[in-house]
Amino acid sequence: MSVIEVGFIIQRPPYKSETSTLGVTHAISYQVVDMLLEEGQGVTPKVCFIGEGVLNCISGQKAMENYGVTSIESHIKNALLVDLDLYVCKEDLERFGISEDRLIDAEDMGADKKLQVVPFSEIQKILNNSKHLLVF
Amino acid sequence: MGTLTIGCFASLVGSKSLDFSLKLAKAALDKGHKVNIWLSSNATIMAKANQKHLKDYSHSEKYVRELLERGVEICECEACALARGIQKAETVEGVEWSAMHWYLAKIYNSDRVVHIGGE
Repeated sequence: MSVIEVGFIIQRPPYKSETSTLGVTHAISYQVVDMLLEEGQGVTPKVCFIGEGVLNCISGQKAMENYGVTSIESHIKNALLVDLDLYVCKEDLERFGISEDRLIDAEDMGADKKLQVVPFSEIQKILNNSKHLLVF
Repeated sequence: MGTLTIGCFASLVGSKSLDFSLKLAKAALDKGHKVNIWLSSNATIMAKANQKHLKDYSHSEKYVRELLERGVEICECEACALARGIQKAETVEGVEWSAMHWYLAKIYNSDRVVHIGGE
């Protein structure tokens, strides 16, 4: 009986497809996975935004206004609210010229967690420690 | 023998990803492994009943029925299916309906996971 880490790699840009949304929502579902597991078992998602996936992390998304759907920003805020660890690749942010002050923050919702900007070498370590990897 | 969980997110028509998923599941079964299949996003069409087999298009119903008969657990993402107008009564009998935590729970108990993403 143990808790396993599952790496979620989100590399697709937002809204081009539903892929990145599904990555975040699948990760959030860890909250209720224990309903289907034995006592003491669990899944800890480690969500890593890399490549074009870092574009999902920009704040101020207007998905409801433009598409009538919940924004990825809302999903990411919910993920932070339920204490998920979300990592954003520092090098890819720099490649796109995105400064850290433009990233989503869920402090207004009372979340303790924040998006963690880390070098890719750190993301590699996180993924190496994951039992399984899911690429979105 | 091990347990393989396949997460399917691609569409049945328009790519060969689901054809590959079905063949992979059968190959794993033939080798004696246990197989679970999670259908999410556009892959929810894979378990729909009453598919017409037109030779120019991929079809999955026959293979889904065969896999179910051989003990494969196949589960649809309920929200993904309903969003696409697919009702539970329209899916192949034996296919489960649940939410995303089903996939995570199967992953927990799997030796290998093959996640076949969509576009």
